[in-house]
Amino acid sequence: MSTTPTTQEPSIEQEALRKALSSTPRPPRASALSATLTFGWRGMLKVKHVPEQLLDVTITPVMFVLMFTYLFGGAIAGSTSDYLDYILPGVLVMSVLFTTVYSGISLNTDLTKGVVDRFRSLPIWRPAPLVGALLGDSVRYLVAGTVIVVLGVALGFRPSAGVPGVIAAMALVIVFAFGLSWVFTTMGLLLRSPNAVMNAGFMSIFPLTFLSNVFVEPETLPSALEAFVDVNPISILATASRGLMEGNAEAGDIAIVLAVAAALTAVFAPLTTRLYRSR
Amino acid sequence: MGTPSALAIEANGLAKAFDDVQAVDGVDLAVRRGSVYGVLGPNGAGKTTTIKMLATLLRPDAGSARVLGHDVIAEADEVRSLVSLTGQLASVDEELTALENLTLIGRLLGLKRPAAKARATELLEAFGLAEAAGRLVKNYSGGMRRRLDVAASIVVTPELMFLDEPTTGLDPRSRNLVWDIVRALVDEGTTILLCTQYLDEADQLADGIAVIDRGKVIAEGTPGQLKASVGSGALHVRLLDPEQRPEAERVLERELGGVHLEPDPAALSSPCADTARAAEAVAALAGAGIGIATFSLGQPSLDEVFLALTGHPAEDSETPIEEEQAV
Repeated sequence: MSTTPTTQEPSIEQEALRKALSSTPRPPRASALSATLTFGWRGMLKVKHVPEQLLDVTITPVMFVLMFTYLFGGAIAGSTSDYLDYILPGVLVMSVLFTTVYSGISLNTDLTKGVVDRFRSLPIWRPAPLVGALLGDSVRYLVAGTVIVVLGVALGFRPSAGVPGVIAAMALVIVFAFGLSWVFTTMGLLLRSPNAVMNAGFMSIFPLTFLSNVFVEPETLPSALEAFVDVNPISILATASRGLMEGNAEAGDIAIVLAVAAALTAVFAPLTTRLYRSR
Repeated sequence: MGTPSALAIEANGLAKAFDDVQAVDGVDLAVRRGSVYGVLGPNGAGKTTTIKMLATLLRPDAGSARVLGHDVIAEADEVRSLVSLTGQLASVDEELTALENLTLIGRLLGLKRPAAKARATELLEAFGLAEAAGRLVKNYSGGMRRRLDVAASIVVTPELMFLDEPTTGLDPRSRNLVWDIVRALVDEGTTILLCTQYLDEADQLADGIAVIDRGKVIAEGTPGQLKASVGSGALHVRLLDPEQRPEAERVLERELGGVHLEPDPAALSSPCADTARAAEAVAALAGAGIGIATFSLGQPSLDEVFLALTGHPAEDSETPIEEEQAV
């Protein structure tokens, strides 16, 4: 035991340090919008540094499109090209909704790091880190959606409503995904590990997606199941997306999809924010 | 600027329990503006929980606290806009570069993008991180990460800064750099609440210290008072010539009344807390013609402080920095 040696190797320039410490008047507080967009930017940066993380949102949809079209297409719809028209909007819905689980996983991963404490100690609009992260995730949804549509077109998918119809359908799916991801961010804050979030997330999204009209016409199902499939919001979303792509969407379906997205956000966004604050 | 109170932190009876563990059990603190206040205690003593309550990250179960004149519960937003926190886990984003980290914080604090970037660059230069500015933080060493962490806390100079174990696990050089930064901040008028496991660190930086154990403040005072109440420090002497040790032993025995022979054949030590008496003892050695290579007045370790104050050793206390470095 000895006293600390007084010799120092000042790789820090005392002069520069003092200047850096004295030169910052406090700016006016960041607006809610600016803080949110900054967190969206943070999400983008992560993708920029680890572009491989886009693989799972591109490869999985490609797999699904190819598998369902060529493996099941003939059996389900009689021909692969007929089935492609039916399945493509469905796979779009499924792939994007599966991606929402990752929002919960990445939030849970964030919580294990010290950086969250810093975010929580900043004078910013409280939901900004969460809304911003979801905005960043929306870009992932867009990537997944684009990959599917481009692949579909390459395989012969020719929607009657053309590009505007496809864009409208994609927008609707992304809005719904935004609402749904709040459910998974809530899970992300309640469960202990990223793995637990992944398991719980896929265990809920998987059956919900398969028990919809994404893959098959509900008329072929037992009546009890058909009744469920008909009211499943994911069915309504898939129907609305097909409608938008084919130019025969029903306003009622679109309204229901938007209402469900709004309701999910209204319930789970405040819940997530509250949990994030108290965690 | 609110009501100017002479106190930067006023806490009364703060308490927080997790499940059935009472992490903080009635902590009172009074920290003067512009001072460095050390909270000293072993792992699990309740230091981090106390900081988190004061930084508005945790809601106290009982008690109240005002930070820079604002209530931490009712006026949490005002508190947040005046303080910054350097957490025990480095509070930086490992998946971003250093430049991106600081720009992010600047943007969130309300700087426009060019200003945030300029400020980030300036800080990285000042903290000796300019060359590593574009590297992902996960590839940083512990010391660099800590520096970045502190830089992130002063993107906008805070009026009060919480530093939670800023040098735990750092090598002595990085530790000295962090200390330099803290001193420079204090010169600029920032108040600092420093949590640490090292008496040495509190002694180097703090004007006042509270020793905390099992969620309670068990002693409070200046570093000097605290060490005095603990009593023993020791004068360590290393001789030029080991042959002279028996003679040195006699001199120290006479001057300070007690000698311990170290494993090093040239070294010996005597209990002594008083610099004046230590100086006399060293002078007496020199007067007796004994060549001294080095001498130092060592401080009691956290363990000794705890033993003296509580009668039990500091639980869970980690190895001091010096010993970690020896590995």
